[in-house]
Amino acid sequence: MQRWQQAGFGLYVHWPFCQSKCPYCDFNSHVSDAVDHSEWAAAYLNDLRRYALETPGRVLSSIFFGGGTPSLMRPETVAAIVDEAVKLWTPANDIEITLEANPTSVEIGRFAEFRLAGINRVSIGIQALNDTDLRRLGRMHDAREARKAIEVSQAVFDRSSFDLIYARQDQSISAWEAELRDALSLAAGHLSLYQLTIEPGTVFGARFERGLLQGLPVEDVAADMFELTQGICEAHGKPAYEISNHARPGEESRHNMIYWRCGDFLGIGPGAHGRLTDAAGQRYATVARHMPGDWLKANQAGATHDGREMLSQDAQATELLLMGMRVNSGVDLTEYQTISGAPLSPTRLEPLRAQGLVEITNGRLHTTPSGRLVLNWVLKELLA
Amino acid sequence: MTQLDLIRNFSIVAHIDHGKSTLADRLIQLTGTVAARDMKAQMLDSMDIERERGITIKANTVRIEYPAKDGKTYILNLIDTPGHVDFAYEVSRSMRAVEGSLLVVDASQGVEAQTLANVYQALDAGHEIVPVLNKIDLPAAEPERVKAQIEDVIGLDASDAINISAKSGLGIPDVLEAIVTRLPAPKGDRDAPLKAMLVDSWYDSYLGVVVMIRVIDGVIRKGDRIRMMQTNAVYGVDKLAVLKPQMVDIDELGPGEIGIWTGSIKQVRDTRVGDTITSEKKGCETPLPGFKPAQPVVFCGLFPVDAADFEDLRDAIEKLQLNDASFSSEMETSAALGFGFRCGFLGLLHLEVIRDRLEREYDLDLITTAPSVVFKLHMKDGEVRDLHNPADMPDLTYIDHITEPRIKATIMVPDDYLGDILKLCQDRRGIQLDLSYAGSRAMVVYDLPLAEVVFDFYDRLKSVTKGYASFDYVISEYREDFLVKMSILVNEEPVDALSMMVHRDRAEMRGRAMVEKLKELIPRHMFKIPIQAAIGARVIARETLSAMRKDVTAKCYGGDATRKRKLLDKQKAGKKRMRQFGKVEIPQEAFISALKMDG
Repeated sequence: MQRWQQAGFGLYVHWPFCQSKCPYCDFNSHVSDAVDHSEWAAAYLNDLRRYALETPGRVLSSIFFGGGTPSLMRPETVAAIVDEAVKLWTPANDIEITLEANPTSVEIGRFAEFRLAGINRVSIGIQALNDTDLRRLGRMHDAREARKAIEVSQAVFDRSSFDLIYARQDQSISAWEAELRDALSLAAGHLSLYQLTIEPGTVFGARFERGLLQGLPVEDVAADMFELTQGICEAHGKPAYEISNHARPGEESRHNMIYWRCGDFLGIGPGAHGRLTDAAGQRYATVARHMPGDWLKANQAGATHDGREMLSQDAQATELLLMGMRVNSGVDLTEYQTISGAPLSPTRLEPLRAQGLVEITNGRLHTTPSGRLVLNWVLKELLA
Repeated sequence: MTQLDLIRNFSIVAHIDHGKSTLADRLIQLTGTVAARDMKAQMLDSMDIERERGITIKANTVRIEYPAKDGKTYILNLIDTPGHVDFAYEVSRSMRAVEGSLLVVDASQGVEAQTLANVYQALDAGHEIVPVLNKIDLPAAEPERVKAQIEDVIGLDASDAINISAKSGLGIPDVLEAIVTRLPAPKGDRDAPLKAMLVDSWYDSYLGVVVMIRVIDGVIRKGDRIRMMQTNAVYGVDKLAVLKPQMVDIDELGPGEIGIWTGSIKQVRDTRVGDTITSEKKGCETPLPGFKPAQPVVFCGLFPVDAADFEDLRDAIEKLQLNDASFSSEMETSAALGFGFRCGFLGLLHLEVIRDRLEREYDLDLITTAPSVVFKLHMKDGEVRDLHNPADMPDLTYIDHITEPRIKATIMVPDDYLGDILKLCQDRRGIQLDLSYAGSRAMVVYDLPLAEVVFDFYDRLKSVTKGYASFDYVISEYREDFLVKMSILVNEEPVDALSMMVHRDRAEMRGRAMVEKLKELIPRHMFKIPIQAAIGARVIARETLSAMRKDVTAKCYGGDATRKRKLLDKQKAGKKRMRQFGKVEIPQEAFISALKMDG
């Protein structure tokens, strides 16, 4: 069976606008007051219809509204997209339709409307549970709104998840432990716990370059925090199933699993990436125009994306490892060999096994807990 | 052929960035020597590296025809010369071929480093000098102060200095007129036997070896048979031309003229710069004094990053040597780096230029090892061996003593920076020989070990004096000192490419600095790595690089697969530039960076 059929078929919708830009965020997000919502809605539908011609008969397992801040979309736009998508493709019985949301009171107030638009899962950008750190992270909400958002979302939607950022400036291990335990008591089936990463091209990146971003944990402390997080979540019944994602078994994000298992997905909206396997079995990477204005104009002129890169077998095999090793279940070595045409080199694999960084279980290569912490190194040793 | 009184031969003396090449461009442009559509910046710097670094490496020449205000048309020959101390020999020989110099000084910066050394060379060569103040249109220009400085520091009358802006073209006609009226015409006897100076030679892939000459006496014609007086070799003159700057054939060159000829000479090594060229028969009797050939003084290993490129490296080195007789090489094998070449250079800049050219023009990735000088090992059995490479150091029990090259360094510096200079020289095992003042500038003469100068002395000198020091040196003698070989061990494995000869008293300091630097340069591995400096079996400095604990990307979703894949491609390329020492990978940048350090 083709991999895209096994790993599901998803639709990613990128809404590129935010109320303000967070200092750590390197996503394709823009602050704009003058968004013509109906124009954008029409553009998304254009892309959907064009892509549908290339992917007839697929079973749609997930729709994901990401951003930017998609909870700033009008619920009717979301509804139009969902309605059109389930018309163009066959929806899976258990289709997952996720919206990323910010926990401001305005957005909380729209949760019910989003539910009616078809959203059945939300992922809320909580990021911290205390006001000091929320301000330092440039967030527009406070801790009280955060708790309210989690509570309302769990009442409104079938499934609800939230994000926290840790290893923040001046955060002690014990402070994080307390915050994590608090978060676990609030969480439903899923939560994402990201260590703060300083990205170039962000406000934090610029401050860091100039030596103005003080108090970040050193590598050893960050490693301790990661290990502590793994232990606490596991004990709480929400083990990590991916580097930064924790869920009660069965509550994993189906959409993100498509990425990590290298399934097919369509990316619509500015800067959105996609992976597409054509009828002949050739797999492509697509990327849409980055700037919102450019994307809109190109879309209206009939373009779906900016570039389409044919993925070689080698590139596909590389992606299978790059993405698949992030999840605990790892990568099927037979599948790897089928795609790449050759087995993974034992001279690369064996030293990593000997060092206890990876294991092979039932024909699947996966990281050990210590390997997970140095996954970039493991991947470099396997592939570079 | 041109009448002697209608010829002016000159060079331009300037500190780097003071506008020498721009002025040359303007002179060429204003006289219409090169059609406007063929003009490009830094006309005379033909190598990419020269244009990019803003330096001149090879002397170059251009013949300009200039109709002067007196109604006569003059032939102006400009020889453009390098400014850096590494290429000082090239400056001195070029200076001997001309009668005058333009001294270009940036009117906002004043007299700086290389200006002095080069202007003294010009004075030594008996030049008439016309001071030119460039960048006069800059708000920071202070022509009066700079004129006073020229008079004070160099001792030249600057009252008639010409104010120009080479960039905008302001004042260029005055410069042309001054070349004619203020610089002397060459002297020479057209009826005497041919006597010409070999100024330079280079390899051209179409013409073979091209020889640049300055005719002193007599006439050279196309088709002549000529003799090189030092090598006694005889060649026919197949092609005779002048450079405008492209080659333009000419029938004959008479006294005072500068041009090039070719004559089936196979390699540059067959020509000796400074040699005297005369007719095969009835030649002149006394040759010109000639020049000492430039000797390589700095050595380092060059290894291909990818061992498969070794043959390509060999070919590339041979090709560059066709053009540069001062660059030597012999094959070398390193336990760590495989097959490569031990190469000799005139100095560190020469080394960098050659390495850049090999990497760029021949598309090679190279690892460069620590620069070193030639030590002389006086063995107990009386034999004296040259040590070009610290890795070849024999067992100490066979060695009676070691000598190293010393230099006599002359440094001119504004007295504000004198303290810094004295400290720098003392730190580098210098012995002060002389200290005197000329105006507000001090001149210090130091006896220094060359080994202490080849690393980064010049860079340090420039940085501690903000470029206001000029530095020149001659090798004086070989002298005994307490020298030892310091080895570097990474994870208990010796890294031969990082071993170096050091003075025993400075070994701890150098060792400490080296292991600290390597700790920063070597990426963390999954295990901890001791980094040690040792003399023989004795460890004199140690650092430990702790094991990597966390290296994982927090977020990785749809579009990140592409980003990650591209990053991996970069890592693949980077991996080629890594060298494996036991279980440890060392990036090749570490070899270069580790050696560029203070102390």
